[in-house]
Amino acid sequence: MAYKVSRPNLTFAEKIYLPSVLAGLRITLGHLWRMLRGKTHVVMQYPEEKWDSHLPEYYRGAPTLVRDEHGRTRCVSCQLCEFICPPRAIRIKPGEIPAGDKFGKVEKYPAEFDIDMLRCIYCGLCQEVCPEQAIFLQKQYALTGTARTQLMHNKEKLLEMGGIKTGLVNKWNEKK
Amino acid sequence: MNAILQFLHPLIDPASIPFLLWTTLAKSIGLLCIVLVMVSYTVYAERRVSSLIQDRLGPNRTGFPLSLFGNLFGIKWRDWSPILGGLGQPIADAVKLLLKEEFTPAFVKKFYFWIAPGLGIGAAIVSLAVIPFGSKIWGVDMVIANIDIGPLFVFAISSLGVYGIVLAGWSSNSKYPFLGAVRSTSQLISYELSLGLSVVPLFMIVGKLNLVDLVSYQVQNGWMILPGITAAKPHLPGTLGSYLIIVPILISFIVFTIAMFAETNRLPFDLPEGETELVGGYHTEYSSLKFALFFLGEYTAMITGSSFIVTLFLGAWHFPGIPEGGAPSLAGLLLGFVNIGVFFVKVIAFLLFFIAIRWTLPRFRYDQLMKLGWIYFFEIALVNIFLTALILAFVP
Amino acid sequence: MSNEAPQNLVNVQIDGVWHQFPKGTRVIEACSQAGKYVPRYCYHPRLSAPGNCRMCMVQLGMPKMGPDRKPELGPDGKPVHNWIPRTNISCAQDVSEGLAVRTDSDIVKETREGILEFLLINHPLDCPICDQAGECRLQEFSFDYGQAKSRFIEQKVKKPKRVEIGPRVTLDAERCILCTRCIRFMREVAKDDVIGIVNRGSYNEIAVYPDRKLDSNYSLNTVDLCPVGALTSSDFRFKMRTWFLKETKSICTSCATGCNTIIGARENVVYRQTPRENNDVNQSWMCDHGRLDFHYLQSADRLLEPVVKGAPEADWKAALASAARALKALKPEEIALIASGRLTNEELFLAARLLKKLGNPIHDIISHTGKADDLLVAADRNPNTAGAKLLGLSATEPGSALPVIASGIRGGRIKALIVLGEDATDAGLIEADLNKLQTLIVTSLLPNRTTGFASHILPAAGFTEKRGSMINKTGRLQRLNRAVAAPGIARDDWEILVGLIEALTESVSGFTTIEEVFKAMSAEVPALAGLSLSKIGDLGVQLSL
Ligand code: SF4
Ligand code: SF4
Ligand code: SF4
Ligand code: SF4
Ligand code: FES
Repeated sequence: MAYKVSRPNLTFAEKIYLPSVLAGLRITLGHLWRMLRGKTHVVMQYPEEKWDSHLPEYYRGAPTLVRDEHGRTRCVSCQLCEFICPPRAIRIKPGEIPAGDKFGKVEKYPAEFDIDMLRCIYCGLCQEVCPEQAIFLQKQYALTGTARTQLMHNKEKLLEMGGIKTGLVNKWNEKK
Repeated sequence: MNAILQFLHPLIDPASIPFLLWTTLAKSIGLLCIVLVMVSYTVYAERRVSSLIQDRLGPNRTGFPLSLFGNLFGIKWRDWSPILGGLGQPIADAVKLLLKEEFTPAFVKKFYFWIAPGLGIGAAIVSLAVIPFGSKIWGVDMVIANIDIGPLFVFAISSLGVYGIVLAGWSSNSKYPFLGAVRSTSQLISYELSLGLSVVPLFMIVGKLNLVDLVSYQVQNGWMILPGITAAKPHLPGTLGSYLIIVPILISFIVFTIAMFAETNRLPFDLPEGETELVGGYHTEYSSLKFALFFLGEYTAMITGSSFIVTLFLGAWHFPGIPEGGAPSLAGLLLGFVNIGVFFVKVIAFLLFFIAIRWTLPRFRYDQLMKLGWIYFFEIALVNIFLTALILAFVP
Repeated sequence: MSNEAPQNLVNVQIDGVWHQFPKGTRVIEACSQAGKYVPRYCYHPRLSAPGNCRMCMVQLGMPKMGPDRKPELGPDGKPVHNWIPRTNISCAQDVSEGLAVRTDSDIVKETREGILEFLLINHPLDCPICDQAGECRLQEFSFDYGQAKSRFIEQKVKKPKRVEIGPRVTLDAERCILCTRCIRFMREVAKDDVIGIVNRGSYNEIAVYPDRKLDSNYSLNTVDLCPVGALTSSDFRFKMRTWFLKETKSICTSCATGCNTIIGARENVVYRQTPRENNDVNQSWMCDHGRLDFHYLQSADRLLEPVVKGAPEADWKAALASAARALKALKPEEIALIASGRLTNEELFLAARLLKKLGNPIHDIISHTGKADDLLVAADRNPNTAGAKLLGLSATEPGSALPVIASGIRGGRIKALIVLGEDATDAGLIEADLNKLQTLIVTSLLPNRTTGFASHILPAAGFTEKRGSMINKTGRLQRLNRAVAAPGIARDDWEILVGLIEALTESVSGFTTIEEVFKAMSAEVPALAGLSLSKIGDLGVQLSL
């Protein structure tokens, strides 16, 4: 069935369009003119101006792995982040810490830990799900590479980006 | 060759043929260079102006020696970058388009698919041949082909452009391009009528179909839409008729300009492309260089259109106070170049108007477009011819 | 009474709904059957019920007796109950007439919460490194009844961790909840009483007797039984989290018992095999040998593409065509075929077809035997000897035709040998014999002594990589399922055989799926009449052979 669309009744001035064309031009050219005089506030000019100093504490940059104050890689490769990661950017290969090791009590560590930053969507779910406070989305946001492989962050890269984080729960402490 | 010369003999003096040939060649190459550079910078201007209108900065990064010089002379280039940065953008764009994968879908009709982009830009460039873009340099007319059917030639050639679109749409063998092409055909055909009719009054006034003559008329009697401005000194035409005649010319001008928008597929008449409904319109299946040709063809058509309007209504290369060049002297030579400059400044001004309109107006609905073309402009242009005739015949 | 239960059935009310159960059903089972799962740790239907974890608490109600010693009836004509004001365990209690059970009253919930809190006070925060996580009862019930915060401020008891109490089992005593399932399994099922509880009170812990190891061939069943991560498999340790594993129901092919299994695989890698309950075959158990007998399929040596001796490169088409050419040139007496009791019925059926096309040359299977035990392991280590017999691939006594084949080769009478998934040197052939053969066509997973002499090597698929059916020692038809893809361009054996038959006859066999092969087989073999791969089902069907 055909619909009858009711069109608004236009006045003559509206019908010949020209006045509205002029009105429109007035607006657009007004903006143009303001812009040319430098009166318009434009967005931040990125590489020269950065908002690094304004990044909030909770800013979600690239996911990184952290060590604790004793130098232990906090991750125990529980693979929960691998499971939760929506785009499946994380790949972990668990390994066993030998019994005699300084951190032998922890038993398990990630032998390999890769995050494909071409897949990562910076959702922060890995940080949220981690039971060991081992993975954090820190403030690195300018990740670029000239080859895909450069954006495959391996364990070394992730630990280097992550650095040492103190003040977290220390549940593998001997006394606990 | 001899046969051709024999045939041409009554028309051209054989002795002047080499001279004719090389001047024509020089003019063609010169004009082509100017126009192609203009095309690429029109694209840049389009992006820049649109962003300024929308309170953005637009492409202001792509390095260009110009902005680097600023740095050399102790001016921080950032101070310049909002203005000069990005001047290299057209070059970067061109390189990008050239280097993109040349992809021809498997289902297209190859031959037509390949020639279509060339047709569009070819038609737009060829019609520039009859436009007098300057006065004279060293006695040589600054028009590539001074023929007596100038406007007809322009209409004839530029309407060939529609073949490019139709072929592209049809040979793409895909629904959106086809719809775009169909729309485009009907739109171009409809508006060509009013386009053609709207210039008739001008030639009725001048009495000749030669664009160079039309320009000389404007130099003598003032620009078509500003009759007071003449070569000699500003003077007001005395007769009533010369006042009254402004009315039909103004109508002509408005109708012609709007029809020109439609002919060049510019907003508010860009229905053949209408991204929202047609994905990309007739060039949906095109990529890389072939797409670039369409793209540039469109902007070339814009320049052709502007040149035409400038020639017809805005006094072409003439500007009050700047005399006609062409005398075989240094001053004449310089003036000749200044005349050319004036012409292109006018063209550029009109291009900017094109751009400003694009970023101001929304697209027409298709039925509105058709109604406008057939019911209003066609009739107005037709009546306008009679009006001119009446004025010319009965008002002294 | 109007709603008197039929003989041997009793009326029981569970959460307000009346059901009927056979006498002797445990309350915990009755609740499960009524759809009210009762959490449990120590109870296992195949073990004795010591009732020591206290997790299965429910509230019971006894029918109220009137002065006439008859149950008082409510307005609905059903008995009215006297509810016991405390909770009882449901795993050690049988149903009785008129009994009422509440599985979700407040008091039940509170008790369970209390018990869980007790279980957790000394429990380590090991979940991130615990292989049980994801299938851990403690986690599951903590989710239902646990508390988010521990109220325990004292020091937790420290116990040994990472103890290898057997060659295949690792113990973490801190995680143990002392349910004694492992102890009872070893004592009651495996009949090898090596585990016990030592120390007292909160220092209670699981240990093996001095100088003993948990080294029974059934030790890994304790890992399955352990409701927590106290006993874990050393083989599977830290390999993959359980929630990543895609589970495929299949059967074990290491002996003629054909234990039902679940293959856990992720992204084309098999990580573990666990037993799948089947009352008629393996109950809930399987032996360690069979369970771990899949690693060879992930060996780096796997044959990945067909090889034809003397040809630089061979694709399947070329290899099969060349094999067919070599066979066609020979008379039936000059050919022999050694099939395998490890092939599926479908493959054996096609092998029989192949034999027919070759003019019925001599053939047999190689028998593999070992020591049987009282529980599951069968002496016959071929999973499908019954199938080979049924489909005529084996001599009446498996292996009895092998000496004839061997002497035929030795005497030069037999010039071509086809070996399907076996090592011919197991058939009494020595390498010099193999060298004598004009044509030696071998389908195999891994290089072996036979493939070294083969003129045609056709790489096949392992048991985790294929579908098909097998018949176990009791005549039960069971199904294999594909968990992972075969490596390289290796093919399913049935596809290889179909290809070979097609190359031989230069016609189309019409077999494009394994279902079609089974259909043709069931049409030809009376014992399989009316069956199809899907009709076999997960638990198999008993054939009358
Ligand atoms: S931030 Fe999100 S997408 Fe990125 S690795 Fe973590 S879970 Fe995956
Ligand atoms: S969730 Fe945390 S501990 Fe677990 S694997 Fe990821 S980073 Fe490691
Ligand atoms: S046994 Fe269960 S609750 Fe305990 S650490 Fe392991 S997964 Fe966690
Ligand atoms: S080791 Fe496991 S099965 Fe054995 S008593 Fe402890 S919790 Fe129960
Ligand atoms: S299951 Fe009943 S007490 Fe453990």
